Amino acid sequence: MILRLNLVQPCGFNGEHMKRIYLDHASSMPVDPRVFKFAKPYLTKEYGNPSSLYSPGLEAKQAIEESRKKIAEFINAENEKSIIFTSGATESNNLAIRGTALRNLNDGKEVAASAIEHISVLNPMKELQKNGFTFKTIPVDSTGTVDLEKLENLLTKNTTVTSIMYANNEIGTIEPIKEIRKIVHGKGRYLHVDATAAAGFLPIDVQDEGIDLMTLSSNDLYGPRGAGALYVKPGVKIQSIMPGGGQERGLRSGTENVFAIAGMGEAARIAKKEMKEESARLRKIRDKLINGIKKIDEAYLTGHPIQRLPHHASFRFSHIEGESILLNMDMYNIQVATGSACSHKTLEPSHVLLAIGLKHEEAHGSVVLTLGRSNSIEQVPFIVEALRDTVQRLRALSPLVKER
Amino acid sequence: MIYIAEFGYSKKVMEHFMNPKNVGVIENPDGYGKVGNPVCGDLMEIFIKVKDDIITDIKFKTFGCGSAIATSSMVTELAKGKHIDEAIKITRSNVADELDGLPPQKMHCSNLAADALHEAIKDYKNKKKK
Repeated sequence: MILRLNLVQPCGFNGEHMKRIYLDHASSMPVDPRVFKFAKPYLTKEYGNPSSLYSPGLEAKQAIEESRKKIAEFINAENEKSIIFTSGATESNNLAIRGTALRNLNDGKEVAASAIEHISVLNPMKELQKNGFTFKTIPVDSTGTVDLEKLENLLTKNTTVTSIMYANNEIGTIEPIKEIRKIVHGKGRYLHVDATAAAGFLPIDVQDEGIDLMTLSSNDLYGPRGAGALYVKPGVKIQSIMPGGGQERGLRSGTENVFAIAGMGEAARIAKKEMKEESARLRKIRDKLINGIKKIDEAYLTGHPIQRLPHHASFRFSHIEGESILLNMDMYNIQVATGSACSHKTLEPSHVLLAIGLKHEEAHGSVVLTLGRSNSIEQVPFIVEALRDTVQRLRALSPLVKER
Repeated sequence: MIYIAEFGYSKKVMEHFMNPKNVGVIENPDGYGKVGNPVCGDLMEIFIKVKDDIITDIKFKTFGCGSAIATSSMVTELAKGKHIDEAIKITRSNVADELDGLPPQKMHCSNLAADALHEAIKDYKNKKKK
């Protein structure tokens, strides 16, 4: 049965009587109730400072070390010491890039990143560029896959850190990390991988994949916000970017956010245990969603058709604008994301969509749907119909659609 | 007064976005205005029918974000039934105020809607001269 919705006004006003269908897990996730239950005592009971030697402090320290162990197991790190806790992915990316570029200054003043990296990778590199570094951008093809030949040509022995994401949050494309690793280690030095979007959905083994530095985010694993981690392979030369009391082996000063860190470890443990089954379940929903949306007139999948995250569907629609799509979908109580300029503070369309070769007017009509544990395959027909009606309604308003 | 719109859209913006008034085209309009560019993410067209210098009918078509659609709808509501000398005085801040405010980065959208109306009125005046 196909659900038909009222075109003009889908529901009351803000969809409040419709059940929420949240499809923006790439931007924020709920905290798993099991994680919350696990970590809650560290807010109210075990509130000691982990640096203090009395028992509540030791309890807190213990919680951090247990979390470190869980994270190390999650990515198969050499040992627990290689995990540095931070405040989140932005800080991990900054520490990875600035920390290695500055520490290895005498060996070269070049940094490199793919054109589709997160802004928290690109901006630290641009800042280094202002301070005398050379910043090289590695182009991607129309699917968002890093151009390996260009990577090979652009890197030199002076390139101390190259940053390539495991998978992209906006177009879902998974990068060939093993091949990239070979090139980076052959031509430059350290490979930093931002695994924020991929972790929890794809199994990652830092030793097998030869990763030197890797960013993880708690909230992207159904953990609390305010925690992240940076994996630093033993032997990698890195320095602190925020000097202070010397916590986290001197690499990240500041009293630890014990609650969020404990939660992140538990979230990683659960993700490791459930990933295989959950990703297979999400992949089925994603495929049904993509096949449904593809049938909408002038809907084009963005990103890689096969090498893509199991929970990720991204499209662009001709003649309409993404923020309008987002607002209209919210009236059905369905939350989606867009790379349109109008939704950004800069009023520039997403650099990711421009990097894969979309024109500005094409990039404006982008929609990103990222699935999670709350979604089910039964929701797909409703989502597709809501999107179809949204697209139809907005095209009826658009001067770019000429009467046929 | 603090506009809620600093954090998101006002209820009025959403009303006009969800149920825009005066959508469509007018065949053989007395005045036609077009502003914006799809490359920038906003394009508006306004069509007017004028009798004795009174705007008797007005329609719009807009490609753009929520506020682009809402401001187009609002500007047509404000101009409908007005004398052209009055309608040309409608400013971007009139449009934004009538919508209970717009987020700061969206102010250019209200600018465009008023501009499209002004273009349509100018077009009408030019045609009249001939």
